[in-house]
Amino acid sequence: MLELMKEIFSYPFMVRALIVGILVSICASILGVSLVLKRYSMIGDGLSHVGFGALALAAALNVAPLAIAIPVVVVAAILLLRVSENSKLKGDAAIAVISTGSLAVGVTLVSINSGMNVDLYNYMFGSILAMSKSDVTISVLLSVVVMGLYLFFYDKIFAVTFDETFAKATGTPAGFYNMLLSVLTAITVVLGMRMMGALLISSFIIFPPLTAMRITKSFKGVLIGSIFMAIIGFAIGITISFIYAIPTGASIVLTDMCFFFLFAGINWIKNR
Amino acid sequence: MALLSCKDVAFAYENQIVVADLNFNINQGEYLCIIGENGSGKTTLIKGLLGLKKPATGTITAGDGLKANQIGYVPQQTLAQKDFPASVGEVVLSGCLNSRGLKPGYGEKEKQRALDNMKLLGISELKNRCYRELSGGQQQRVLLARSLCATSTLLLLDEPTAGLDPIATEDFYGILKNLNENHGITIIMVSHDIKEAVMNASHILHLAHSSHFFGTCDDYQKSEFAKRFWGGGIC
Repeated sequence: MLELMKEIFSYPFMVRALIVGILVSICASILGVSLVLKRYSMIGDGLSHVGFGALALAAALNVAPLAIAIPVVVVAAILLLRVSENSKLKGDAAIAVISTGSLAVGVTLVSINSGMNVDLYNYMFGSILAMSKSDVTISVLLSVVVMGLYLFFYDKIFAVTFDETFAKATGTPAGFYNMLLSVLTAITVVLGMRMMGALLISSFIIFPPLTAMRITKSFKGVLIGSIFMAIIGFAIGITISFIYAIPTGASIVLTDMCFFFLFAGINWIKNR
Repeated sequence: MALLSCKDVAFAYENQIVVADLNFNINQGEYLCIIGENGSGKTTLIKGLLGLKKPATGTITAGDGLKANQIGYVPQQTLAQKDFPASVGEVVLSGCLNSRGLKPGYGEKEKQRALDNMKLLGISELKNRCYRELSGGQQQRVLLARSLCATSTLLLLDEPTAGLDPIATEDFYGILKNLNENHGITIIMVSHDIKEAVMNASHILHLAHSSHFFGTCDDYQKSEFAKRFWGGGIC
């Protein structure tokens, strides 16, 4: 075990992956609590597809991936929220339209650019090697911003998550906090998707809160539980991915899924 | 001066008038029940009183130092809420948000206020319980305690007893009456339950598609309006 740890930490790319991965997992898991409870789980999924399109665009234009992906996905997040609130195209349909649309754009761009190759595979399912040094700096900074904002607005976010109408009626600008949530989610999705893969990043938002909800009885409990689940799932998942050379995202999602079924099982037995 | 007054108010959705020519005042300590069929604009009116929807014409003014964000609202429960993992304490405390501004967290004053309101409604021992594990009646008390944290003058309830069993319903009306009579809290409630409305309320606002009635409970029972809609035999 100690040997394995030593080996993992001896690779700079693994250290980078661990730093970014843990921070992004924490961000995703705390945002996920509100998203899951507000029935917005699919937003993460939709945004990651947009992110895929944006990464393909960045590759085609040969510019830094995050520089394109972050603004594009943030704009998509704002649009998604606006569209689903104001028009006749309701939430899930809006997400489906935007996400499949950008997936198509992304695939087209990648295939024109370089043909179907390793790049595309990595975008979709993630690669442990994806993080460069400058990516790490940006990711650390942005994750700290996401966590800081969430913490600062924690009580308001709780109120808006639990009961938007009441929050509005008593003078809390619910629209602003919805917007904040989706912008923060957009940033988190982009930061995480290259390592975890565009198709899998949304499970980082959904699994930890769902697992935590099996066992805790308060919002704060769900939040803390969710952070723990995210970190443990990530650590185990990335170790398995390292040993057996399987895509990082997939092995973390599988780990998260095992935890989910484990706790759902415990819960079921307890309630019988 | 009245706590809330509506003058020539009309509401519309996409140019379709839902409610028109509403004129009424609510004074401190009154108990108003809003009744009427589905689609007669009850929920729309509530939204208007809360400032969530602007009237198409007319004005709604708050008096007696009532601020728009100090109306304690008890909304209809949503499905998502029924299995929400939050403790009773957290939910009640979130009612204090309007006195915090941008400051994060809650102070001692807010925490005490939440405790006091839980005690008042007899849910102190549920403080650490999970909201989703409570019965419908208990959940409704929690939401009421939360709105009491947001206000000490005016409560606005939207069909609070929908889905409750008869005993819980009776309990809930008892609590409201106590708040109204002994704590001087003004109550506006949308209700389907005409009998209870007439028994408990001091004033009735009956909305119908073409016209409406506003007046005291006694006047309402004698009115042509009540006879027309209920055939005279309410109580």
